[in-house]
Amino acid sequence: MSKDSLFSKKNIKLLSDPLNDENPITVQALGVCSALAITVQLKPAIVMAISVMVVLAVANVLISLMRKLIPSRIRIIVQLVVIAALVILVDQVLKAFAYDVSKELSVFVGLIITNCIIMGRLEAFGMANGPWESFLDGIGSSFGYAWILIVVAFFRELLGSGTLYGYPVLEKIGLYETGYENNGMMILPPMALITVGIIIWIQRMKNEKLIESK
Amino acid sequence: MDVNKNSYTLGFAAIMVIIVAALLSVAFIQLKPFQDRNIELEKKQNILSSVGVKVKRDAAEKAYDTYITSKLVLNNKGEEVEGSAFDVDLGKEIKKDVNTQLLPLFISEVDGAKRYIIPLRGKGLWGPIWGFIALEDDLNKVYGAVFDHEKETPGLGAEINTPMFQDPFASKAIFEGEVFTSIKVIKGGPKEGDMHAVDGISGGTITSVGVHDMLSERLSMYLPYFAKIKSGFVVDSIFLEIDSVAVVNDSIIN
Repeated sequence: MSKDSLFSKKNIKLLSDPLNDENPITVQALGVCSALAITVQLKPAIVMAISVMVVLAVANVLISLMRKLIPSRIRIIVQLVVIAALVILVDQVLKAFAYDVSKELSVFVGLIITNCIIMGRLEAFGMANGPWESFLDGIGSSFGYAWILIVVAFFRELLGSGTLYGYPVLEKIGLYETGYENNGMMILPPMALITVGIIIWIQRMKNEKLIESK
Repeated sequence: MDVNKNSYTLGFAAIMVIIVAALLSVAFIQLKPFQDRNIELEKKQNILSSVGVKVKRDAAEKAYDTYITSKLVLNNKGEEVEGSAFDVDLGKEIKKDVNTQLLPLFISEVDGAKRYIIPLRGKGLWGPIWGFIALEDDLNKVYGAVFDHEKETPGLGAEINTPMFQDPFASKAIFEGEVFTSIKVIKGGPKEGDMHAVDGISGGTITSVGVHDMLSERLSMYLPYFAKIKSGFVVDSIFLEIDSVAVVNDSIIN
């Protein structure tokens, strides 16, 4: 057991690192697939982010609690079973209490199982650290994933459909009357990749730690 | 304890699987009523939306009871049979022999206008598609149609559940004179003035064809019932005539 306080410097780092230096999408290039698929609008992106957060935090804690009991030969299978069980639970709960959202996310909820961020964190962190640290690591990593998702969805929804969270912003400010038209390209997956690329570009410009030495 | 022994590994896997299975079963059983309720309300919402009543899901129950005045189950001879129209599972019915199929029919009354709502079910590209089509009192003119799908391609076939595809169905006709034409879904759009066709979805050809087939197959099942209702109109008007003749006679006698 670590003797650190609950929010020691080391633990805070677990929360803050994934937001920038160790971002799962822009730095580790994990979970990119889902970032392309569900960022057409803000709403599904936010729900997806929350779902991933719940699954990742809980799975990380569970794996961490069991880490001394899990036979190393089947550890990947155990991780997968834990993730799959949690994802099915999330899916069922959404179907019962957030039916519209679950219809919208349809197969993507199931695809959380294959989101590399989750298995990556369980294998790299949960298997080797205590439950509290694992919980923070899960929350941190999913926040790192979430903010990218939300930023990408913000621009794709605004430029592609002219709305934000379903609210017709551009129509309200009267932009269409000046001859402006929505950019249909933004709705297509390739533009998500390009948006993520632009975020990576800006991030690498600002963050010196990420600049490779020549 | 050696966690890498074969027996331990097997035991661990077995126990884990049993615990997870139990947990998921309990969750499924507990959440099922809520999920079924959502599906039921969505169906009511769809039925209502085919006759132009757009309500939030929470309000669907009440609006359904207000506007849907009768729910019939028919057989393919157009006779009424016992049963609850709402609970007929079309997915199962369309697999049965045509002679034993149950055909649900909903009749709505919105602002005094009577409309017939026919549930639809057919095949898309990746899975089932379904919907409701509402006919005016003359059993010919379409008032509105809604469609939905399980897993058609987003942006292509999945567009059948958007107003862009559904709105053109309004005020089309399913009969040309006495001949049943159904509503055709035509690639590239119908000719101008064509009362029996709508435009398909480019890139969603197979789903469009699915809607086309679903309409002609499902609607044709109701033809005997339509014929019965229509001859009913005729009988009614004959009775009216007899009545008026009787009144005239009475007045002459008196």
